[in-house]
Amino acid sequence: MKKYIYILSAAALLTFGESCKKDSEFLDKQPTNTLDIEATWKDPNLVLSVIGDLYDRYPDFQRIESWWLFADFDEGFGSASGDYFRHQNLEYNYDSWNMWDYGYVRDLNNFIKKGEESNTLKKEDKDRYLAEARFIRAGLYFEMVKRMGGVPLILEPLTYNYSGDPTYLQYPRAKETEVYDFVISELEAVKTILPNSANVKSRATKAAALAMESRAALYAGSIAKYSNSQLTLPGGEVGIASSLANSYFTKALNAAKEIIADGQYSLYQKNPNLSENFASLFTDKGSNPEVIFVKDFKLKTNKVHGFTIDNQPRSSAEEAQGGRLNPSLNLVQSFEKLDNTYASLPVTDGSGNPVYYTGITDIFAGRDARLAGTVILPGTLFKGNMVDIWAGYQLANGSIVTGDNFGSTKTDVLPGNPGSVQVVGKDGPVDGLEFSAQTGFYVRKYLDPSAGSGQIGTRSEVWWIRYRYAEVLLNAAEAAFQLGDLGAAAGYLKPVRDRAGLTTALTAAEITFDRIVHERKVELAFEGHELWDYKRWRLADKVWNGNNMSNADFINATNIGSATRTSTQVFGLWPYKYYNPGNPNHNKYIFKVVKPSRVTAAHRFRLGNYYSLINQDIINRNPKIVRNPNQ
Amino acid sequence: MKNRFYIIMLLATVIFASCKKDNYDAPEADFTGRLVYKGEAIGVQYGNVNFELWQPGFGNNGAINVNVTQDGTFGAKLFDGNYKLVFTANQGPFLWPKNSAGRQDTIAVQINGSKTMDLEVRPYYMIRSAAIAAASGKVNASCKLEKIITDANAKDVERVTLYINKTQFVDGGNSIATQDLTGTAIADLNNLSMSVTIPALVPTQNYVFARIGLKIAGVEDMIFTPSQKITF
Repeated sequence: MKKYIYILSAAALLTFGESCKKDSEFLDKQPTNTLDIEATWKDPNLVLSVIGDLYDRYPDFQRIESWWLFADFDEGFGSASGDYFRHQNLEYNYDSWNMWDYGYVRDLNNFIKKGEESNTLKKEDKDRYLAEARFIRAGLYFEMVKRMGGVPLILEPLTYNYSGDPTYLQYPRAKETEVYDFVISELEAVKTILPNSANVKSRATKAAALAMESRAALYAGSIAKYSNSQLTLPGGEVGIASSLANSYFTKALNAAKEIIADGQYSLYQKNPNLSENFASLFTDKGSNPEVIFVKDFKLKTNKVHGFTIDNQPRSSAEEAQGGRLNPSLNLVQSFEKLDNTYASLPVTDGSGNPVYYTGITDIFAGRDARLAGTVILPGTLFKGNMVDIWAGYQLANGSIVTGDNFGSTKTDVLPGNPGSVQVVGKDGPVDGLEFSAQTGFYVRKYLDPSAGSGQIGTRSEVWWIRYRYAEVLLNAAEAAFQLGDLGAAAGYLKPVRDRAGLTTALTAAEITFDRIVHERKVELAFEGHELWDYKRWRLADKVWNGNNMSNADFINATNIGSATRTSTQVFGLWPYKYYNPGNPNHNKYIFKVVKPSRVTAAHRFRLGNYYSLINQDIINRNPKIVRNPNQ
Repeated sequence: MKNRFYIIMLLATVIFASCKKDNYDAPEADFTGRLVYKGEAIGVQYGNVNFELWQPGFGNNGAINVNVTQDGTFGAKLFDGNYKLVFTANQGPFLWPKNSAGRQDTIAVQINGSKTMDLEVRPYYMIRSAAIAAASGKVNASCKLEKIITDANAKDVERVTLYINKTQFVDGGNSIATQDLTGTAIADLNNLSMSVTIPALVPTQNYVFARIGLKIAGVEDMIFTPSQKITF
């Protein structure tokens, strides 16, 4: 018995004695899933991973990872049942696109503060990291000011002292000009610290800073130039005085000029086929001379995206899906003819009879090469496979034979042909059938031509280009135009238009505001510019004015080049085969302008949408925040 | 045995104690009224003009948005209490009074049971003696404009538009045909006439609804005449 007691006591002693470690040793463990700030700033590789995270959170509104947002306006139609609602809402909510990301601001401020305090890293490493953080912070403030107007400028991490009175942490909104001035001055300050190399794409460079500066100054300049008394607040939180316009345009022009003068970048011109060239500009990641700053992706990591899966032509898709984003006829018809004139696609002749085309692509011939580089037209190739887009047979008596699924076949439907025939393209268009080309077009820009990009298991590593050289040239052209130097504006536009095959250069006298608007619309389609451009020009409420459109807006339209042309509903263009044996037009193509039946409402951009709603809980927490106008 | 009885009693108490209804009563007071100028309702676009009701005294503030319908009426279900009513700046085709600090003034609204209250505003214009009628496949309309605000806040007419639609909701987004009369083309505010061809209606119906809308330069929201059913 005694023996057992000894054994038990010994066991108990061992068990309890084991816990007699010092509490501090046990409790003060370093977490393995977070980085300690002090430790981070001792090792450049750790700092790199932190700045990598900060880059990763860089905001964009529209992006290839969120293709559906392109369908919110007039560039495209969302051919997926979950996205039809985008064409069925009359109004944009006031809180659309709002952003108030002070958590991110705080992380950036923290990074900058700790970096400045540390002195372990080599000076050039430290300077570059700090400059990158300031670049990202400038980008974040630019993103917030273009959505919200002036926001509080918080430039260091704020700490609460637990006194029960947080009012000293409540900052009022800065003026809209102050935020733009901050962005511009920060970028000016960091541009010389950042590397000046065209090989760096996914991190900040001198050109990235200047490109952002040029865009920001251009936005501020246009807001000043087109200032509107309804879009102002008495404290200047919203609205910029028109007297400041020229100084901003000068800054935009100078920043763009500096990139041009540095000579590090040039337009992408590797392929003599201009349309192919324009398409591969977005997908070619090997020494691309045009690209300035990107969000990059990499295969076989978790940084891949499904833009190609979602949007590949359905007939040759690598999965049983695709074809979601359909460019609109609104966009397609705005690509000019090669003689610099605008025209609707000729669907009918002068007396209203249909025009018959031998080849399905003939109707698009003689247009801006960017059209076929941006849009997959019926009868063109993607990954070597021809898309099959045609809506059915038009019979001599005017009736239409078509099907309700991809490449439907029917028996004994064509007069004199009792056999089974395919009556609709394998890519549609079939009205209301998701993944079919419901506007008659598929998107091409950013669609990855490499094998496997359309497979869920592989996905795509095509990057998202935030800044590229062509935009810099367009910024320079617009700024020069606004400053009255039309000759210079024409000069900046020329290389961009030359690359598109528009070789008859515009003369200085032909440069108008409408031309500038048009050039950005076609060059930068599906690149996330449209909303912000229309907002800064104060055109959004005119273009998206809530009025219905009709076929007449797409047949022999005369105002295609007009900046204020209404574009509230997306339309499509459907090819039909004409079936009338014996007739000279037998088996030729005719085209019809259609409004997809899922498009039921006209977009209406209200004045209250120019500056997004600041949520009431933000105002409740900080009563110094004033509300945006017109909401 | 006795213990078991107590346990059952205890359980019953606990279970049935929760069986009270724990919901609040729904708001029951109706707050209704019209947007008027000297007793005459002002028509607007549906869902476009709204005002805010604020009820102070409950911690975090949040506005109740009340929409004005196209005939100028509004309605909201509210709890009894004291509210403040305000149109935000630039809302509506009219001027709302400002307080001494130059901000939009509020109206105190006391809700104690249902309440009807007309909101008196000063529109920039009123559309007078509107006449709409159909004749030989067209809808013809005539009206006069009376300029109400003639002081420093006066605004010009941007355009006058005749809208027709298949349903009673008639405005820019709900129309099958429109006819614009731009402000520069208007010589005489007392003599405006417009005409629009009725397009083919699918399915066929022998009536349309029509309204005249007035867009004032620099004002977002339009003024409308009442929606009128036109049989042809």
